[in-house]
Amino acid sequence: MKSQAGDAILKAIGKVRGGVTPAHNKLTAEMESVRIAPPAQVVLPMQQHIGAPCVPTVKVGDIVSIGQVIGDSDKYVSAPIHASVSGKVTSLAEVRLANGRMAPAVTIENDGENRLFEGIAPPKVTNRDELLQAVRASGLVGLGGAGFPTHVKLNIPADKNVDTLVVNAAECEPYITVDYRECMENAENILGGVYLLADMLNLKQVVICVEDNKPKAIQVLKEIADHDLDKGNKVRLMTLKSKYPQGAEKMMVLSATGRVVPAGKLPADAGCIVMNVGSVAFVNRYIQTGKPLTSRTVTVSGDCIAQPQNIRVPVGTSVQQIIDACGGFTKDPVKIIAGGPMMGTALIDTEVPLLKSNNAVLAFSASSSVCKPARDCIRCGRCHAACPMGLIPTQIEKFVQLKDAEMLEKCGINVCMECGSCAFSCPSAKPLVQHMRLAKEIVREAGTKK
Amino acid sequence: MSDTNKILTVSASPHVKSNDTTQRIMLDVVLALVPAGIAGCVIFGMRALLVIALCIGFSVLFEFLSRKIMKRSNTLGDLSAVVTGLLLAYNIPVLDLAKFDGKLWKATVMTVLLCAVGSFFAIVVTKQFFGGLGQNFANPAIVGRIVLLVSFPSAMTAFTAPRQAVDAITTATPLGILSDGSLFDRAGDISAQISSLSADGYLPDLLSMLVGVKGGCIGEVSGILLILGGCYLLMRRVISPAIHVAFVGTVAVFMLIASRGSLPFVAYEILGGGLLLGAIFMATDYTTSPITLKGKIIFGIGCGIVCSVIRLFCSMAEGVSYAILLMNIACPLIEMATKPRPFGVEKEKKAKKEEKTA
Repeated sequence: MKSQAGDAILKAIGKVRGGVTPAHNKLTAEMESVRIAPPAQVVLPMQQHIGAPCVPTVKVGDIVSIGQVIGDSDKYVSAPIHASVSGKVTSLAEVRLANGRMAPAVTIENDGENRLFEGIAPPKVTNRDELLQAVRASGLVGLGGAGFPTHVKLNIPADKNVDTLVVNAAECEPYITVDYRECMENAENILGGVYLLADMLNLKQVVICVEDNKPKAIQVLKEIADHDLDKGNKVRLMTLKSKYPQGAEKMMVLSATGRVVPAGKLPADAGCIVMNVGSVAFVNRYIQTGKPLTSRTVTVSGDCIAQPQNIRVPVGTSVQQIIDACGGFTKDPVKIIAGGPMMGTALIDTEVPLLKSNNAVLAFSASSSVCKPARDCIRCGRCHAACPMGLIPTQIEKFVQLKDAEMLEKCGINVCMECGSCAFSCPSAKPLVQHMRLAKEIVREAGTKK
Repeated sequence: MSDTNKILTVSASPHVKSNDTTQRIMLDVVLALVPAGIAGCVIFGMRALLVIALCIGFSVLFEFLSRKIMKRSNTLGDLSAVVTGLLLAYNIPVLDLAKFDGKLWKATVMTVLLCAVGSFFAIVVTKQFFGGLGQNFANPAIVGRIVLLVSFPSAMTAFTAPRQAVDAITTATPLGILSDGSLFDRAGDISAQISSLSADGYLPDLLSMLVGVKGGCIGEVSGILLILGGCYLLMRRVISPAIHVAFVGTVAVFMLIASRGSLPFVAYEILGGGLLLGAIFMATDYTTSPITLKGKIIFGIGCGIVCSVIRLFCSMAEGVSYAILLMNIACPLIEMATKPRPFGVEKEKKAKKEEKTA
């Protein structure tokens, strides 16, 4: 079977408007990801995903082992949480999360035994329903940053005609190299995951999307797309121009298929499922081993970090422990960010725990992060030119000041995904994303009043 | 545990920013304008430099004073007042001494008056009274120029002859000569008439037109250097080509039709007067032009139409300023009419049709 070996790499079908080109700064791209010594304690918040929070299923004093369920929910849009170290549950008190909200959490003191939960065994997956069940049990949420429970994403309603899986390996955020390392170190699992999902969900095509600034990853993914398993040539590789936010879900669907996801709808409404490459690989690993999501790779970088690198850490490790594992700070950080510099959350302190969906910890000094005072808008239109959704952020900002919910809705504020392209390009340094969030809040409030 | 008790900054994303700043943009505009200004000084003598210095000085002074009196923050650092002053100076001629009894002091007093009044209306009335940078309804320099044009019509058209044009018979601007009407009334080919006017020394030849050896305002004469400045702004991505290409293109089409296909006439119309200065540097002003691409094109075409109509059918030889002013005022309307459709939002008409069928 050499017939498909020469398949051409696809070019983007739909053109994404706008976008910006922040410096890539992928300092950690060629560094093998390393495991760190397990922390003495992990804190596992019960809200690590979009949807209903989990309820602890353990009590203080319980002895738990790695992979044991410690929090679950009977709600559909949710994902169970597993112990990431073995040891004793010491507290069920609330902790503050990166976004500033409080959430109940299970604190586990590591006994250092690294004991795996006895119940762990590869699940039997022969059809779609078993796959969905297994994915739910694995605790998988979108590893690309949003943290949407994967089993919900994969459960396509019968009335939606989904035919395409888009595997997102674009990694358009600066600094982060987690997906890239996944491609370099975990190709077999990506391969397995791609064909497993295509098969189980009965999809017509799989498009693996990667930005053209990662030649080595392109090579690896090309081999996956051309693999002998690909009967009928379903799996194709597509390279995208390196620009931010190429990896956003709706943009990716547009690039990969030329389809437009309607405003307020999901990719499924355009016949697509978009999955992060790390999530795809994890599904395969789980089906093979039965080991749930208890650790993940994070990029630790920024100009204040002594040894920028990718490390594999148990979920629930504190940001401080992660930074210490990378040699600590070289200079005083002004900003510490969970996630990428374009969409990540600035942290209040370093005691917050790492969540399943956090793909990076970045520490910046004053010179490399923005803290400039805003000036008057000069109506240069750079925000509109940069907006992938075609909005006019400066106009939205004015309606925010007027608190005009009706006009804000007309401006299309609800399609804003807060990618930050507008604020990135604003010469007056206006905090436009903050205004976009305020705008959504105003529209929401007006909606509840009605 | 290391020393992380230091206070961290918490702010909304994004946490990185492009290098663009208002100041840098304004500096780019200033840099793009410098060559044309140097040309003006070479062509009209050092009195041109005086006009430039006066206009920038007055603009900066008025910006500073008006902000101070209105108890607003000092905004001199954004350089926008410098840009306005520079543009205003480029729209003022070096006064012909012959019109002032040959007395330098009379002409100088008039020059100071022109610069002061123009800067005042540009900075204080048009810009600061409406809320400062980004809030003005019309381009400050354009308003300044129009106020001067209607208040001091004779001074504003007292063009001095270029120093290089030794055999110049008249100091009238090429546009003035072309628009005196007889060109179209007389029988015969327009191109032929233009070449005979040029051969007789009434009109500068095309090369002089391009380089700038002709009567006119300080900054508008050197077409080639204005285009060079425009290219610099395009390269720095300060402006997009939409507005000025649409503006100049529309004027070219109109003039081509009006002259029944005379290319020399089109060239004189484009290079003469303030078209290039206005189109590249004033119509593209962010605050007073539409944000969307579609709006920009409509804006540019509108400028071109108004400018052509004034030049062809009105008693005035020049119409660039009025064209830009009118379209500045129409800008909010254009923006309303060209609202972009957000991603994934269906066209309203289409959606309504679907509703009907459903």
